[in-house]
Amino acid sequence: MSPLLTVEDLSIGFGRGDAVVSGVGFEVNEGQTLALVGESGSGKTVTCRAILRILPRTAQIRSGKVMLHGRSGGLSLTDLGERKMRAVRGDAVSMIFQEPMRSLSPLHRIGNQVSEVLWLHKRMSESAAKKIVLENFERVGFPDPERAYKSYPFELSGGMRQRAMIAMAMVSRPDLLIADEPTTALDVTTQAQVLGLINELKQETGMAVILVTHDLGVVANMAEQVVVMHKGRIMESGAAAPMLQAPAHPYTQQLFDAAPSIPANPEPAAPPGEDDLILQMKGVSKTYTMRAQSAWKPEVLIHACRGVDFSLPRGKTLAIVGESGSGKTTAARIALGAELPDRGGEVLFRANPQGAPIAVHSMNRAARTAFQKQAQMVFQDPYSSLSPRMRILDALTEPLEIHGIGSKSEQRDRAAAKLRQVGLNDDMLMRFPHAFSGGQRQRLSIARALMLEPSLLVCDEPTSALDVSVQEQILTLLEDIRDRLGLSYLFISHDLAVVARIADEVAVMRQGLVVEQAPPDTLFYDPVHPYTKALIAAQPTPDVDRPINLKLVAQGAGSADTWPDQFRFTDDEAPSLTQVQPGHKVRCHV
Amino acid sequence: MQILRYAIYRFGTMLLTLLVVSVMIFVIINLPPGDYLSNQIAELQATGQTSGVAKAEFLRTEFALDKPLWQQYLIWMGFMPGPHGFSGMIQGNFGWSFEFDLPVAEIVGDTLWLTVLVNLAAVLFVYLVALPLGVLAAARAKTWIDYTAALVGYLGLATPNFLLALILFYYGHKYLNLPIGGLMDPQFEGEPMTFEKMKSILVHLIVPTFVIGTSGTAAMMQRLRANLLDELGKPYVETAVAKGMAESKMLVKYPLRMAFNPFVADIGNLLPSMVSGSVLVSVVLGLQTIGPTLLTALKSQDQFLAGFVLMFVALLTLIGTMISDVLLVILDPRIRYEGREA
Repeated sequence: MSPLLTVEDLSIGFGRGDAVVSGVGFEVNEGQTLALVGESGSGKTVTCRAILRILPRTAQIRSGKVMLHGRSGGLSLTDLGERKMRAVRGDAVSMIFQEPMRSLSPLHRIGNQVSEVLWLHKRMSESAAKKIVLENFERVGFPDPERAYKSYPFELSGGMRQRAMIAMAMVSRPDLLIADEPTTALDVTTQAQVLGLINELKQETGMAVILVTHDLGVVANMAEQVVVMHKGRIMESGAAAPMLQAPAHPYTQQLFDAAPSIPANPEPAAPPGEDDLILQMKGVSKTYTMRAQSAWKPEVLIHACRGVDFSLPRGKTLAIVGESGSGKTTAARIALGAELPDRGGEVLFRANPQGAPIAVHSMNRAARTAFQKQAQMVFQDPYSSLSPRMRILDALTEPLEIHGIGSKSEQRDRAAAKLRQVGLNDDMLMRFPHAFSGGQRQRLSIARALMLEPSLLVCDEPTSALDVSVQEQILTLLEDIRDRLGLSYLFISHDLAVVARIADEVAVMRQGLVVEQAPPDTLFYDPVHPYTKALIAAQPTPDVDRPINLKLVAQGAGSADTWPDQFRFTDDEAPSLTQVQPGHKVRCHV
Repeated sequence: MQILRYAIYRFGTMLLTLLVVSVMIFVIINLPPGDYLSNQIAELQATGQTSGVAKAEFLRTEFALDKPLWQQYLIWMGFMPGPHGFSGMIQGNFGWSFEFDLPVAEIVGDTLWLTVLVNLAAVLFVYLVALPLGVLAAARAKTWIDYTAALVGYLGLATPNFLLALILFYYGHKYLNLPIGGLMDPQFEGEPMTFEKMKSILVHLIVPTFVIGTSGTAAMMQRLRANLLDELGKPYVETAVAKGMAESKMLVKYPLRMAFNPFVADIGNLLPSMVSGSVLVSVVLGLQTIGPTLLTALKSQDQFLAGFVLMFVALLTLIGTMISDVLLVILDPRIRYEGREA
């Protein structure tokens, strides 16, 4: 039997530039999943777009052949006329994309956009198409398909939009589904559910899947075959299981080593000592008021944080882990004094072990300026957090200028020193940000945060916009400067595996509440709260023997009413955070 | 249902705005010292024509110009009884033009709807020409089609309208036997509408429409192209292509609709700018539109005429914005459902 899809010697280039993909070839068998793995710029996305010939206008396929042996016999996709190619797109081969937020038209109803596939390819009437679409909606997990049919994309959550995308791709029962980083923009529990759905649909319909991803954990959970790409070339390809156990190519090995993972056999850790606290948050809540739609309806209150208590010992790292909307960023902003907590909350900061603690939110101007020097922030997106019109030197010395520290030459010397400290060269001072890669930019923003020689650094998802190998380097750098300079970190992340490595203590947040708090090893050894269990279970690990446990995910990530009795809310009142063991707190009834 | 409620609400705010505008118009017109009549009286006294003075004094009391300004306003609007009872704008009495010695309604009567006609034709022309050209320029960006469209567009923007008008009249008359000047043949003026008259008006409309419309067309085309190019880079376009849609169909259904919002929002601004912008053209082309009338009225402080014309332009603008607001709500669900619970 010939394979469903054969790609031979594919080369693609932009304009007159060098080829960005060269000599790529692989086969996809019926009913199998092939993972196309690589970091950004590896050519994996361009390759999968070339299969459907939906490349940007400036890109051309320079050589190679793509053969499809699907429902309509053998087709050479590279030679097909545009009209026949259109008949393949969305019918025999369909595709889902990375950003469900932006991949659907905001002006058209979901039902219309999904049905369109059937109108186009099966020439179905509107009502006949609707029947099939509703079935598909039900299959991909919409609780109310009729309602989803009538919804606009902005009325759905990210996970639901991606389900709509999947329904759109599945509605024509394709032979091959190309999924381009389908879960990268989603929360980890949603990712687990979406991946599970793709697997189920694959088994039901016998379609093949090409899964483009940078996450080896996803590969381990999904793929039978793997192709590893780097700089437009294939580094290694073959069956998934043996490759994941013993990668042959050094690049694959490198990817593996960089991939953060939750330790397989964790040991409980000793409870952290709590003697010298640099930062303490006591009973911090934050409630936002949404303006009501009309004068007759009450205002809507949003509880971003509810009774958060943290303490961060000097020189340690406290990580806050949670999904989008869990309140982790709000907590960090309050810790920095960027936002006022509700009445009754208090944030205490102690600049040095001897000094008296100062309350962050009732400081006078001078004390505030002093505090700002002590507490700095590293942002998530290194691409937008540096002004494109400022030279690196200016960006780095700006904080010094604001606080009036040093002469011009002293400022310059310090900027050069900080650049060296983060592993860059001081001859880069006169460059603009666009001359740097993502990883280098994140080093720059760390250098900028260090310019005032702070004692506390708040890192807001500092690695989530980066490739795994770069992420690994940035984490190493952060650990290194923490230990060298005696810094304390408040580290915000949605990724338990990243946190596993850097944190001394982890607080898991959900809907504004801390549900469990413990040192990471203890947390992985003995997770108590169902939501923590779900987060751990949803984390894809690059180990074929540890697949995602969807049951655990569904149980913990669902609404709080589905949790076991001891964790459930009584009349909207959450159980209190209880110490179950020294240094291990869980929100449950005792 | 929701849309109807919104339309009614918008209509209410429109009336309110119109009221505020009327106050502003009245105040601004009366800002320069004196009025038409006091100017005339001064002039007459200087030349010793006492009989004229009496008539002007009579007119002053007749039109309540001797009353305080706030009362003048209320009488003009018809909120307060004047020398002849309630007789203001809201009662349909638009006042008297001292300059022409005629009721305002008679002066503007014909030109009013001719103005609307010319401007509507120009707006239609702008949309009909700019839309397809802009879409084509965006879909074939950076090809000779795009460059040609841009060249023609910039030529349209750069050529002074009155110059274009003269050139078109000359060649239009020479080769196509198009009429020169006016909006209809002289024999139809003041005649009731007939098929012949309509035909005459339509033929006369060709050159003015073209002249008034070109610069607007060029500007709109370039903006549409830029907007559309932005939209074409968005992921939902890729989704549509991956679905197997044909390019032209996809363009119209998805990115064009997204790119179109600013143009719908623009309808309101288009109307007044055309009225005031086309004064020069109207003078050159000899069009009986309201633009030149407004100019003379403002110059001679003919306050009721100027006030009425300005009110009319304001009304056009407000109706235009109302239409575009309601259209936007129909076209864009994100605006429609703003604030609705998800």
